[in-house]
Parts: sequence; C-alpha cells; structure tokens
Amino acid sequence: MKFTRREILSIGGGAVLAAGIGLPSLPAHADAAEVDKMIKSFAGSAKVETGTVSLSTPEIAENGNTVPVSVSVESPMTKEDHVTAVMLLATGNPRPGLITFHFTPLSGEASATTRVRLAKTQDVVAVAKTSTGKVFMDKKTVKVTIGGCGG
Amino acid sequence: MARPRVKVPSTASKGEVITIKTLISHKMETGLRKDRKTGKVVPRQIINKFTVTFNGQTVFSTDIEPGVSANPYMQFSVKVPESGEFEFTWVDDNGETYKTKKKIEVKG
Repeated sequence: MKFTRREILSIGGGAVLAAGIGLPSLPAHADAAEVDKMIKSFAGSAKVETGTVSLSTPEIAENGNTVPVSVSVESPMTKEDHVTAVMLLATGNPRPGLITFHFTPLSGEASATTRVRLAKTQDVVAVAKTSTGKVFMDKKTVKVTIGGCGG
Repeated sequence: MARPRVKVPSTASKGEVITIKTLISHKMETGLRKDRKTGKVVPRQIINKFTVTFNGQTVFSTDIEPGVSANPYMQFSVKVPESGEFEFTWVDDNGETYKTKKKIEVKG
C-alpha cells in the first residue's frame, strides 16, 4: 500500500502527540483510544499543553447521575485572544462525550458549570482551545459510589 | 414538557461580568437505558443544544451529549456592554425548541 506524504506526516504527527509532549497520560481503558481520537480531532494540528485550563470536580460523587463539573480558562477574552471552545470528556463512560462549551469575547470569562453523568470512577478531561490556536488540557479523577448511566 | 428557568441579575454596571444560571426540566434519555417492563431499549431523546443571545448576538452556546445529567443545568458568564435582552434557546432531539427571554438594565 502506498502512503501519500500527507498520510505519513499525519501518522508521524499523531505518534509525536501520543508520545506525550505536554499531553497528560490517559488511563489504560478500553475507551482510551476513542478519547484520544476525540481530543486530537478537537485540537487539530495544535500541540496539547497543560496548564491554563482548570477543571473542578468533586473528589467523590455520591450520585453518578448528577456530578457537578466546572471548568475555567485563564484568558483576556478579547477579540484578538479568547477561548473559543472547551470540550469535556468522561474517559470511563460508555460514550466519552459530555459537552462542548462555545465562548465568545462577550462571555467575559471562559468559565462554565454543568452537571454530568458518570458511569463509574474515572478521569474527566477538559480540553480548551483559543482563537490564537493554542490548546490546553486538564484532567481530574472522580470517585463514583453509585454509577449514573441508567443502571 | 420541558420547562426552562433562568436566573439573570436585573441590573448591572457597564462592562460587568455577570453570572447566569439556567435549568430546564428534561429527562435527557440517553438511549442506553432498557425499559424494565418491556426489556426494550428506550430511544435517545435529549436537549442537544443550548444557545444564549444578547440583543440578537450569540454570546454563549453548548453542544450537549447524553452524558449531561437530566434537567440540564448550565452556569456561565456574560460581560454586559449595554441594556438589552437575553434570549435562551434549548433544542430537543425531536426538533422542538424551548425559549425564554430576560431583560437586563445596564447603568453607567
């Protein structure tokens, strides 16, 4: 099979990203590949860095059906430099996708809170991207005593 | 029937960053749950999008997946440039939209 140069570059690029330059390690889990794919798709060609974005979750969630999650990104939120989107993922859920927040300079602050369903103890991940092309990620472990996926 | 509730301050100073809280009653059926009586999977039906505009301009929006809890709660910030009206729109998988509006008076 003949690879185009573009395909070889993208495979190489993916390997570099996975090698962990600034990318926090994801837990070994059946869905880790899917989570990884979603992060890469969201980040595009940008390098995923740590810092700047802060995910806030309870250490222990007594009810997995409704776990409060807050995310906040340091940003001047000006037209020239603002957070455009933040994606939240549940690495241990049957489907990792939770929510994507879309911010604008009129947001004032790139912060939001919602409540999510967590099927079991797992890592929640927040990936933020800015109008200047930067991507940041944070990860928090949430212990879940009663799982929340309609069980 | 989905019922929305929003909490917006009635006044603010120009350029102030306010916090808005919203809640809408909705089962957020994930599509993974089995009906206990029939044993059949209950089809997915969720609110999949939430959009906030101020004087017609989008200020905040969310793409929502089944992982969001029932009765979706959203809290977020808005920097208010002038007096005006917020409009909140929730879109259901079944195509229905739920809307509510709130005015705010900006001083100074």
